[in-house]
Amino acid sequence: MGQRVLITGISGHLAGRLARTLEQDPEVEYVVGVGLDEPSMDLERTEFVRADIRNPLTVKVLQTTEVDTVVHLHILATPAGVGGRTQMKEINVIGTMQLLGACQRAERVRKVVMKSTTAVYGADPRDPALFTEEMASRSEPRHGYTKDAVEVERYARSFARRRPDVAVTLLRFANFIGPEIETPLTRYFTLPVVPTAMGYDPRLQFVHEDDAVEILRRAVRGDHPGIYNVAGDGVVLLSQALRLMGRPRVPVVLPLVAPMASAVRRLRVVDFATDQLRYLLYGRVADATRMKTRFGFEARFTSKAALLDFARERRMRRLISERQLEDWERDLAAFLRRKNQERFEQAGRR
Amino acid sequence: MAEVIPITREEDRPDRCRAVTATGRRCRNRASGPDGLCGVHRRRESPPPDAVEEVLAFLRRRLTGEYDIDAFGFDRELTETVLAPIARFFHERWWRIDWIGMENVPAEGPALLASNHAGTLPWDAIMLKFGVLDGHPAHRHVRLLAADLAFRLPFIGELARKSGNTLATAEDAFRLLEAGELLGVFPEGFKGVGKPFSQRYKLQRFGRGGFIEVALRARCPIVPVSIVGSEEIMPMLANAKTVARVFGFPYFPITPTFPWLGPLGLIPFPTKWTVEFGEPIATADHAEDAWQDPLTVFELTDRVRDEIQQTLYRNLLHRRSVFL
Repeated sequence: MGQRVLITGISGHLAGRLARTLEQDPEVEYVVGVGLDEPSMDLERTEFVRADIRNPLTVKVLQTTEVDTVVHLHILATPAGVGGRTQMKEINVIGTMQLLGACQRAERVRKVVMKSTTAVYGADPRDPALFTEEMASRSEPRHGYTKDAVEVERYARSFARRRPDVAVTLLRFANFIGPEIETPLTRYFTLPVVPTAMGYDPRLQFVHEDDAVEILRRAVRGDHPGIYNVAGDGVVLLSQALRLMGRPRVPVVLPLVAPMASAVRRLRVVDFATDQLRYLLYGRVADATRMKTRFGFEARFTSKAALLDFARERRMRRLISERQLEDWERDLAAFLRRKNQERFEQAGRR
Repeated sequence: MAEVIPITREEDRPDRCRAVTATGRRCRNRASGPDGLCGVHRRRESPPPDAVEEVLAFLRRRLTGEYDIDAFGFDRELTETVLAPIARFFHERWWRIDWIGMENVPAEGPALLASNHAGTLPWDAIMLKFGVLDGHPAHRHVRLLAADLAFRLPFIGELARKSGNTLATAEDAFRLLEAGELLGVFPEGFKGVGKPFSQRYKLQRFGRGGFIEVALRARCPIVPVSIVGSEEIMPMLANAKTVARVFGFPYFPITPTFPWLGPLGLIPFPTKWTVEFGEPIATADHAEDAWQDPLTVFELTDRVRDEIQQTLYRNLLHRRSVFL
């Protein structure tokens, strides 16, 4: 008998792509997507069930569909689109609680795969350079998504304790980036001028959406219980990232950073929570060694390659192209050399 | 084109440099080679042909972001091309540092440099880092461990990361040693760098011996470093504790020049420094789990501390004057 998979938050980009990948797998017998909105992409044999995971009826869906694998992706990073922070928190925290409660009741469930974020490590000057999975945040997360993610993980852990027969895989993703995915960070990068905090240059780490979908697929198909940091190799500095993409940046002095962010938020340009602001000050890097050794997954894209792929697809153009820059460089070098020679010869003649 | 008429005959003397200065006159310096140029103009007029291209290529790479940094945020290219020449001025000209026993720093593999810490602002750390980079035959980068305050501050935190330093935590220290890096620690921490002038050259307590623990665990040698001269660069006469608390600093120094002269008061005095690297202390012959034994850690900590203190006293005795 093939695998029967339930995916929450099916309207999301990653969930849609995962469903599409699983559809093509002959060993996957049945895929059902649960969500408030319809899937954002065309799915062939995935059944869509309009349901709210906050509703106790979810347990019915789990039982009637007889799924053995639950992929929980209905965890929102931003309140945009659901009508505010309160709603977002409800979906993230209460939703996870209900869903895991339903899973606990559903006898057939053997595997739970959940999305989390490296944001649970916080961002603080007291942080070690790299976070391994055992390390805890040095700064108590107080805001938004980070706080939700920490609570969601807590539920996941207690669920794993209560149902030891279920393999729980928790994937802590670095910032998603790629040609199609939309996150607060991608919107930030596409601002006409990108404001940065003056005197701070955080280390960023990315995971390409293709890699994210692939590791989710492997988590569903294989057996990988545990917590894993998921990130592409290497680290990119914010200043370097903007230069790589050719984005103009404007440094903002620290006291103005928070007011500016809230202005941008109010104008609904980019929805940037306070915890993400700290990320843009102090940065954060997770150690993805366990992903490579224990999970056996190698990300195809490095952080830098993922970023460049994003820039290419969004048709980001440098103000001055690289070729132009190289031409100028050659011209200038030739000019300087000629000038030098002339002066040298002139001096010699006299 | 009008011909340039020599103003004085003296300038036409064959032993003079044949270059033309920016004002259009003949250079007055004595020529110092068969090419008839003085040292200044030899460098200026005929740079090695690649130098220009190198600089331009460097600028292009910086502009397009085509460079790599490690997970700690260490930007090797920036450190070597931009920061090192600035630091070089300080260790060569400003403090004229005498380096003794540089050969005690291993040319490869992990090692821990443990040094005394002084001078109100951590100039000694910067000098240790770039002194080894410039002076050691292997041109190794010392990865310093710094307090979290350094990473909290704008610009300073950014530069600290980019020049390869990281937070003083056991995790980061061990990770760097495992990667075979050269680690620089200041076990006295703020107690050392921010001690009053009256306490100069008296080593403070060595934290909790965390650095020894890490070295034992990584089984790498410990090189004691004794820096003489750094204590007098900004003599801290008093500590304005209230002001410090307002800004969240561990101390707020009152020196002969600061804050009286404003930012100018932050310029360190050009004392004469001597930095001595002691014999490496091997840790490999200790047992595998010796790092978990507090007594071994204490003993080794004391040994390193003693070594640094004795070398400090010895070099202080030999010092002719603070500034010369």
